[in-house]
Amino acid sequence: MRVRYLIIGNSAGGIGAAQAIREVDKAGSIAMISDEPYPSYSRPFISKYLVERHSLEKMLFRPADFYDQNNIISLLDRKVDSLGWESRTVELDDGRRIGWERLLLAVGGVPIVPAVEGVDKRGVFAFTTLDHAKAIDKFLDNAHKAVVIGGGLIGVSATEALAKRGIEVVIVEMKERILNTILDERASLIVEETLDRADIRVITGQTVTEIAGAPKVSEVVLGSGEGIPCDLVVVAIGVSPRIELTLGTDIKVNRGIVVDRHMATSHPDIYSCGDVAEAYDFVYDTNRLTPIWPNAYVGGRVAGLNMAGVETEYPGGTSMNSLSYFGLDIAAAGIVAPPDEEGYEALTKQTNESYRKVILKDDRLVGMVFVRDIEKSGIVFGLMKDRVNVGSFKQAILDDDFGLAFLPEEIWRPRLEASLGRG
Amino acid sequence: MGCHLCEVYCQVQHSKSKDLIKAFKRESPRPLPRLRVETKDSISFAVQCRHCAEPPCVYACLTGALHKDKDSGIVTVDVERCIGCWTCILACPFGVIKRDTKQGKIVKCDLCPGEDVPACVVHCPNEALIYADVSGEDING
Ligand SMILES: Cc1cc2nc3c(=O)[nH]c(=O)nc-3n(C[C@H](O)[C@H](O)[C@H](O)COP(=O)(O)OP(=O)(O)OC[C@H]3O[C@@H](n4cnc5c(N)ncnc54)[C@H](O)[C@@H]3O)c2cc1C
Ligand code: SF4
Repeated sequence: MRVRYLIIGNSAGGIGAAQAIREVDKAGSIAMISDEPYPSYSRPFISKYLVERHSLEKMLFRPADFYDQNNIISLLDRKVDSLGWESRTVELDDGRRIGWERLLLAVGGVPIVPAVEGVDKRGVFAFTTLDHAKAIDKFLDNAHKAVVIGGGLIGVSATEALAKRGIEVVIVEMKERILNTILDERASLIVEETLDRADIRVITGQTVTEIAGAPKVSEVVLGSGEGIPCDLVVVAIGVSPRIELTLGTDIKVNRGIVVDRHMATSHPDIYSCGDVAEAYDFVYDTNRLTPIWPNAYVGGRVAGLNMAGVETEYPGGTSMNSLSYFGLDIAAAGIVAPPDEEGYEALTKQTNESYRKVILKDDRLVGMVFVRDIEKSGIVFGLMKDRVNVGSFKQAILDDDFGLAFLPEEIWRPRLEASLGRG
Repeated sequence: MGCHLCEVYCQVQHSKSKDLIKAFKRESPRPLPRLRVETKDSISFAVQCRHCAEPPCVYACLTGALHKDKDSGIVTVDVERCIGCWTCILACPFGVIKRDTKQGKIVKCDLCPGEDVPACVVHCPNEALIYADVSGEDING
């Protein structure tokens, strides 16, 4: 088989690309490959699956007939074993070869496995795929206590799901506070208080030295020597870019696959996006990993347009997260804690109800944290993304009634007028 | 002029009874307005969903609940698929997506399906709101 467009990975990035290609090229053949057995589903939704055991249909990111409707060949439960970057082919795990003219590597990440004794025991799970959620679900009937290793987004997401299933959960975080990469200290503290009220024990500043039990886990042992009895362990210490297919090729890889502003790799007909790619971050003004869903989708979209010959520039992304766990809503993006350097300015406002903070550099927004009252966060994020000089109204940004009207008219008027984009 | 009537009529339009008195007095929860009137000094204008050509909310949606209709261009939410993650709220540069925290779903402008002209425009006493299909002046100082 030979196709014009081959997309490896059938998730946010892959779908973003496929849809963009079909907008501008109705005829060029497209094939999508995934080693997961499901049509594209919402990965962040797996925590809700664990709570409510939704049907697959409800978890799908696009309707079941998406592939037929868009004339896309979909190969599920098939792994690409190797990439012939010079011959322009890939080889599948069933021995088949597929030729391509343009290739997208939207292959995402793999959960990091810590070098700890006992991680291969029965009852130890990762939490990044629907199959992981299903495996945990099956295990829960006879479980009462869980330890979640890692207090990042995925760990907290797993924690909420387990707690809702009636499991007693302890989170173990190696750093001093949970969600330390996406929140500032105060917001982390608010989350920890919220978890505490939900009877979740959070242990910070501790590493796990052993997962004990035979043959099934029965205890997690910490660096302090404390043993935490448990029936299952969820390992959520992070995800690393799945760069395996680039090994032995000429494709430039740093921590992830390096792409330019067209989402092209160092090979002109191979593109990449999403969790595996190091793409432009407009806050840091350099390429970085930003493993979040919206950036995967937009990066995929830009890759798709360029693959189809419509030159499009990636506007850049940055870390942006909206969390809604245990009834606490938080929106955060960019640099959330100013580095210890000259030139950064932090403005904060705290009431009983809410906490808001923005970080500025040279009167441009570079970071934000909004806790509880998040409805205006998008306006602030928009100003950050467009690198607007907010010097003349920065004091108003954290006000309750802040809105577009606070911007100079030469900023709000064109914004309101230009974006009327129906059609 | 900052009368907020567009917000009121948006709520009525999206209420069960579609009656102003009943919607405000008896309906619980009272529907949320899907647009926002902003006022500062002498300026006042209504901000509603722009149904963006390249909609950041749709591109940010984690579940596929937000969708831009190919033909009409209208950006709508399928509440069945919305899980209330609020990622779209952070993505929308106009701040026009609201949280319905009771239902755990977002609420946004749908341009009043079934009506020729959206309720906010129909009821604007100042004729400041204008409904234009692709582009046009719909703001008023
Ligand atoms: C529990 C959880 C909660 C999350 N919550 C949020 C959130 O709230 N907000 C947010 O923005 N992000 C969230 N994320 C992150 C988000 O899911 C990812 O950023 C997003 O899925 C990245 O999309 P992607 O297309 O780059 O790759 P992925 O979604 O990782 O998909 C890559 C696909 O490619 C397949 N693949 C890889 N290699 C091969 C191969 N060789 N052959 C065949 N197939 C292959 C993989 O199996 C996978 O299906 C969450 C993630 C998890 C796990
Ligand atoms: S909700 Fe916001 S981002 Fe989405 S289409 Fe409307 S204005 Fe654009």
